[in-house]
Amino acid sequence: MAKNAVITHPESLKRPAGPSEYAKDPVNASLSKADKIALYTKMARVRHFEQRCIRTYQQGKIGGFLHLYVGQEAVAAGTISLLGKFDHIITGYRDHAHGLLVGMSMKECMAELTGKVTGCSKGKGGSMHYFAPDKNYWGGHGIVGGQAPLGTGLAYAVKYRGQKGSCLTYMGDGAINQGAVHEAYNLAALWDLPIIFVIENNGYSMGTSQERSTAHPGCLAKRAEGYNMAWDVVNGHDVYEVRAKTAIALKRAHEESKPTILEIFTYRYFGHSMSDPDKTYRDKEEVKGYRETKDPVFLFEKALLDEGVLTKELVESINAAAMEEADAAAVFADESPEPTLADITKHIYWEEDNRGPKTTSSGTIIFE
Amino acid sequence: MAVISYREALRAAMREELKRDENVVIMGEEVAQFNGAYKVTEGLLKEFGPKRIVDTPISEAGFIGLGIGASMLGIRPVMELMFWSFSYVAFDQVVNNAGNIRYMSGGLINCPIVIRGPANGGTNVGATHSHTPEAILASHPGIKVVCPATPYDAKGLMKAAIRDNDPVYVMENTILYNDKAEVPDEDYIVPIGVADIKREGTDLTIVAHGRAVITSLKAAEILEKEHGVSVEVVDLRSIRPLDEETILASVRKTHRALLVEENKPFCGVDAQIAYLIQSRAFDELDAPIGRVSSIDAPQIYSKKLEDLQLPYPARVVEAALKVLA
Repeated sequence: MAKNAVITHPESLKRPAGPSEYAKDPVNASLSKADKIALYTKMARVRHFEQRCIRTYQQGKIGGFLHLYVGQEAVAAGTISLLGKFDHIITGYRDHAHGLLVGMSMKECMAELTGKVTGCSKGKGGSMHYFAPDKNYWGGHGIVGGQAPLGTGLAYAVKYRGQKGSCLTYMGDGAINQGAVHEAYNLAALWDLPIIFVIENNGYSMGTSQERSTAHPGCLAKRAEGYNMAWDVVNGHDVYEVRAKTAIALKRAHEESKPTILEIFTYRYFGHSMSDPDKTYRDKEEVKGYRETKDPVFLFEKALLDEGVLTKELVESINAAAMEEADAAAVFADESPEPTLADITKHIYWEEDNRGPKTTSSGTIIFE
Repeated sequence: MAVISYREALRAAMREELKRDENVVIMGEEVAQFNGAYKVTEGLLKEFGPKRIVDTPISEAGFIGLGIGASMLGIRPVMELMFWSFSYVAFDQVVNNAGNIRYMSGGLINCPIVIRGPANGGTNVGATHSHTPEAILASHPGIKVVCPATPYDAKGLMKAAIRDNDPVYVMENTILYNDKAEVPDEDYIVPIGVADIKREGTDLTIVAHGRAVITSLKAAEILEKEHGVSVEVVDLRSIRPLDEETILASVRKTHRALLVEENKPFCGVDAQIAYLIQSRAFDELDAPIGRVSSIDAPQIYSKKLEDLQLPYPARVVEAALKVLA
């Protein structure tokens, strides 16, 4: 018996891309013209930010790893566009888009990449560790799947407080084989946690395709059945479909306090990270095919042009503004100061950073 | 002041903090219905109900990670590990997530979690259940580690840990759970990072933590009675933060130091303390620093040999006499 059944794609992905059948879904029909333009603008901003990052990386200003989201924009944009006051998100290391979409500025995001003190994590986290807890964004986590248990904890806290909220816990298809992810699934289902596990399935865990990494019964989301959890597969190239299916899962979380696994099929145009030459595990034609026929930003742009929401002029000005914003972020990052040597030993312990009359502990906590 | 056991002292600390702060939640394997694998949490489910006292599946990476995530949103989970040895399957959560989240977020996120449970050998259960990971964990900036040796310290340190805004790992000892002593009924904490002179002396300083303190106190009795030596026993109580000044003050008084711990010798807590003493009190020393650790092998099952593998009073006495020679 074959280890892997034929991959179960969402119905809409089996057909050539055309007008979205989810455009009229209530969650999308209720969007105003301005809402739709705002959503498109957000997707364009993510794309231009990421593309500007490539330049900054090639200029040698970004150290370490840089994992880009280009090609996957509809996944984060669609899911995050539905969230309210008590909805939280947490993700893995491909985390820039989520940050921008919850409202972090391009400036703080770019400055973090270049390790500047003006970065969102003051130059202490880097590309994989963006955080904005004031915007319900809990990172940005570097270890594959390690964020999944944390997501259950955020959902647990929401439930403990009796809030009508949730935690969207994102991971890649490569995380699906980590033990911590399965432990998180079990706890979420066992304790009826208001959580949505979003598998951003871009087909490759680093350079290993799904076929070579994962035994599955048709799709990854179906593993939910082993935990008696709801699941669905989603066409991640269509932001309308992402919104429509996420809305169902979100309702399940808010009203029934039940978890869901959403497997959102998507594709990344660049390598796993900038250090991946992307030459050994997939061919250029495959990438080209996705770019030309399934690009989420372009497809949404076309839909909105057809709907008469966008005009060619508006598209141009939105994209020009996003590019300009990304350029300004790069300048800001360039001009920002580096952290000082004294900053290395700050932000390790709350208590050391907040010593005062009420502090009870003493002793040496930072050693020479 | 009542005479209660180390186990009851830990329970009293949790009970008082559960009453004081509705964000405190006790979570772990068998902590609720089963009343705790070692009965530390006995009766808490009945008193506080299932929202506050939560049984988890055997899933350390999952539930410890869940506790860390909940703590980021202001819940104050007190997570029981049935054995600290089981933290090894949750290491990514315990170290990477709890220990780094504040730093990597530039101070935006706190992790006020307590992870507690026994961390000791000497119970005849073999190598996998007998780890003492205080040195391993304390080597990570971002984490605090305390090791109470007495009922008084167990209660006071546990309460301080629950109120602390950073991750605090409390390492208990199953062999001490039944030890009894006077413990105040009223609210008190033992500040984290403050060592305690458990016995005053003038000829030799013994530095120890956890059960090694009790072993050292027995050795000190023998040394006094049989050899006329006056030994000072410094109980670290906290590994990180470390009360360096109390250690140094004692060494400056006695001019001789013996370090006793139940860890294996390589990179044990005492390696750090030996470095401290030689770097800041070198001229005060009248003899090389002595050391007693567990015999350097995975923890043996054989009861007879395990008792010899761990520090015991006669071995401490022998090592002390060498330092005093």
